[in-house]
Amino acid sequence: MSFDIVVGVSLAYVLVLFVVAFLAERRARRGRLGWLRSPLVYTLSLSIYCTAWTFYGAVGYAVRSGLEFLTIYLGPTLLMVGWWWLLRKLVRIGRNQRITSIADMISSRYGKSATLGGLVTAIAVLGTTPYIALQLQSVTLSFGVFADTPVGWDTPDQWLVTAWVAIGLTVFTVLFGTRNLDANERHHGVVTAIAVEAVVKLVALLAVGIFVVWGIAGGIGETMARIDASPISQVPIDGSRWFTLIFLSGAAFLCLPRMFQVLVVENDDERHLSTASWAFPLYLAAINLFVLPIAVVGLDLLPPGSNPDLFVLTVPLAMNQDMLAMLVFLGGFSAATSMVIVAAIALSTMVSNHVVIPIWMGVRRGLGGTSGDVRGLVLMSRRLSIAAVLALGFLYHQVSGGGAALAVIGLISFCGVVQVLPALVGGLFWRGATRIGALAGTLCGFAVWVYCLLLPSIGADVVMSAEMLAHGPGGIAWLTPQALFGVPGLDPVVHCMLWSMLINTMVFCIGSLASFPGPLERLQGAQFVNVFEDGANPRGWNEGAVESEDLLVMAQRILGAREAQNLFLAEARAQGKGGYLPDNTPDFLERLERELAGSVGAAAAHAMVEQIMTGSSVTVRDLMAVADETAQIMEYSSQLEGKSRELERTARQLRVANDKLTALSVQKDAFLSQISHELRTPMTSIRAFSEILMSGETLSAEEQTHYSGVIHDEAQRLTRLLDALLDLSVLEDGRAQLAEQDAVLRDLIDRAILSTTSLSSNTVFEIRRDEPSEKIVLRTDVDRLSQVFINLVANARKYCDAEKPRLDIRVSRAGGELTIDFVDNGSGIPAASQQVIFEKFARLSTASAVDGAGLGLAICREIMVRLGGSVAYLPGQGGAAFRVSMPVAEAVRAA
Amino acid sequence: MSDRTKPLFLARQSYRRRRLIDASRLVPLFGAVIMLIPLLWTEPGSGSLAVRGLFLFAAWGVLVVVSAGLARLLAVTSDGSGGGAAAPDQAEAPGDGDVL
Repeated sequence: MSFDIVVGVSLAYVLVLFVVAFLAERRARRGRLGWLRSPLVYTLSLSIYCTAWTFYGAVGYAVRSGLEFLTIYLGPTLLMVGWWWLLRKLVRIGRNQRITSIADMISSRYGKSATLGGLVTAIAVLGTTPYIALQLQSVTLSFGVFADTPVGWDTPDQWLVTAWVAIGLTVFTVLFGTRNLDANERHHGVVTAIAVEAVVKLVALLAVGIFVVWGIAGGIGETMARIDASPISQVPIDGSRWFTLIFLSGAAFLCLPRMFQVLVVENDDERHLSTASWAFPLYLAAINLFVLPIAVVGLDLLPPGSNPDLFVLTVPLAMNQDMLAMLVFLGGFSAATSMVIVAAIALSTMVSNHVVIPIWMGVRRGLGGTSGDVRGLVLMSRRLSIAAVLALGFLYHQVSGGGAALAVIGLISFCGVVQVLPALVGGLFWRGATRIGALAGTLCGFAVWVYCLLLPSIGADVVMSAEMLAHGPGGIAWLTPQALFGVPGLDPVVHCMLWSMLINTMVFCIGSLASFPGPLERLQGAQFVNVFEDGANPRGWNEGAVESEDLLVMAQRILGAREAQNLFLAEARAQGKGGYLPDNTPDFLERLERELAGSVGAAAAHAMVEQIMTGSSVTVRDLMAVADETAQIMEYSSQLEGKSRELERTARQLRVANDKLTALSVQKDAFLSQISHELRTPMTSIRAFSEILMSGETLSAEEQTHYSGVIHDEAQRLTRLLDALLDLSVLEDGRAQLAEQDAVLRDLIDRAILSTTSLSSNTVFEIRRDEPSEKIVLRTDVDRLSQVFINLVANARKYCDAEKPRLDIRVSRAGGELTIDFVDNGSGIPAASQQVIFEKFARLSTASAVDGAGLGLAICREIMVRLGGSVAYLPGQGGAAFRVSMPVAEAVRAA
Repeated sequence: MSDRTKPLFLARQSYRRRRLIDASRLVPLFGAVIMLIPLLWTEPGSGSLAVRGLFLFAAWGVLVVVSAGLARLLAVTSDGSGGGAAAPDQAEAPGDGDVL
């Protein structure tokens, strides 16, 4: 097959890719995403993990180390299968925080630190450049395989091929990778092209595998026999490497900038991750399935000394399967180009966001204010970064001269990039991780990597002398680069991983424990670690004295005029304002910063807003306020609860008071009507009889006497009533004067019985007393107390309805109190009426009680209150019973 | 009986879902142990390379099948209890707390 055809086919393939990317981009721009954002495309885009290093290198790796090549894919497999542990959180945070790259992720987690972002960017560039060189080399090598005649294929031409590949990739990446500024608007064109390439490389490898197993070896059984017979089966498995490489590949899967790009940044939907969790391991298994057979058959088939890294291509060629070889070439080309494209996009984003913009802003600050079109600047810096990254890869390829086994460069690269792991994972799960810790840990790990793996790998006497490599700098054995602390005999990669990870993690932890994070750091830490707990984000901004107009001007420069205006308009609408200038609420600033972060990274976005917000960034007090917000809300709600309880209580009191007032009003009306009635009845008879007397009719003297007697009686009754009323009102007002004097209780009771004797003259009324107990000297208002006793005895005499009426008067002294009970044997007072008998005009029946105004008991009660005691109805005594109680301090037993 | 296929009450669904999450967390742990078995194969030529390779790929396949099943079941339960595709956030929000 001629070299020209290969070049032609590969150019056609590239053209197809361009068309695919262009169509996908157009489709996405029209909003018809459809299959563009299916889990399948997402899974296939992850396949950029399988670069030319996998496509060609896996077979070479298998030839050298047996099954060990699988470890590079087992790490990511376990990580994907265990997505619920880590990747889910990573993707959620990436989406929530509008993360643009791994450097942005770490910078954002540690308080949007520009330093940390810069450091991670530097490590990423350093770690990725050899890898890009590797891809360029693999493409060049595969081209070289087709140019079977040495004629016209010497060094300058190889150089040319590599250069053309690099330039082509730059054009493609710039065209489709920097189309839109917002990294969160996915690169649909690129991703779709990569998905196509993923299919091509898988199909190519499977095709070669099937051809080798069934076309050359003659079936599965035969192949297995060949495998067991091959020298590869004699290669021992290095346990320490097996373990280390699984860990390393898993970690690299997370930390490689290009993997982070497709895994997190280009992720459209978190649910795609759950599909990829099994589909991507399946892809990895499929792509590795035939590696061992190809290696074994290649060893059998090809002359000794052939480069095993190219067996995938050289075996079909040796069997004259030109079409298959062409497919393999395209597969390898796909593997290399897709990796380079994504890596260049990821790196350019990082370089422009974490190196160019901060420097530009520093310069600008010196010149004063934010001015100029940042949008153009960012895009331009990104395009230049892409070109620079590819140029660096190209340079590395030219300087190192290629040739080194592909897999070795890959592993060294992995070890460097993985130094970000402790800061990344620690930041996701440990709120106490700080910027200082992350910075120190990453730097130390990075230093160990450079010292133990990178520099020695370049070769003796290039940077490090052979003497130093063998015995340590200045003969200090425990500093020997590949046997630190006097632990020799370890594989260099295992050695580097062990010490760099150990030192990195230890320094990270100690640095974090010993330092104190800034407010923004703590805020971000909480948001990252607790990303699943709360949808709402605490605020990082105060409502400051910023002009919205300044913000709009700045946002226009970064987001583009229309996008920025739409954002501001929507916000103003949401706030209920007209026009384009919303209030600068913390919510809005937070959102704006996040939008900006999607374009220029969190650190730069924060710095930009900060520039306008001059000095009103987050303070510890704000942070405390944020932290206290929940507590405050809880306190507030409990206060509300208390208030509502209080209101309820007050309402209840008011209701009771209202009921009382209503009752009082009713009572007053009743009192008035009662008193009118009481006054009217005697008045009526007085008027009637006096009219008879005045009429001048001849009345007998007897009649005259009778009538005037009636008038007299009624007038007396009126007087009594009025006296009683007066008495009551005097007592109630507290104006009654008490005339205290000594008296014996017995005398008072005697007097009461005597003065009421006339009332029940017609019936026998028995009164039972215990006279000795009544020998008590009282100091009180004797007349008033007698009045009470008279009233009670009189009531008994009047109302006791027993056949043989009887009144018991019992005197007792208990505690500090003297009680005198008046108990009769009548039918007593119904329970319902017991409450009202002490009220004015309360008369229970009208039958036998025409006399009396119903004021007696009311007066008694008032008197007793005035005397410091009480009178109450005593239920359950077999009849009407009243208890008069007085404090005993005034009661002295008679001598 | 058609009633038996229905959950008795809603809590059962979220209980199932939590156990599924547990399972999907456990799978990589078991997977890791299985994938470290080659640490025991350090003697060169002590066993058939082809058989060992097949063992690893078989384990790989089992991992894929198991996690595919779990992913599918998780997607189904989240669609059932979390209001479907519109609210994946809601469905997964309480994932970290283990409330029965």
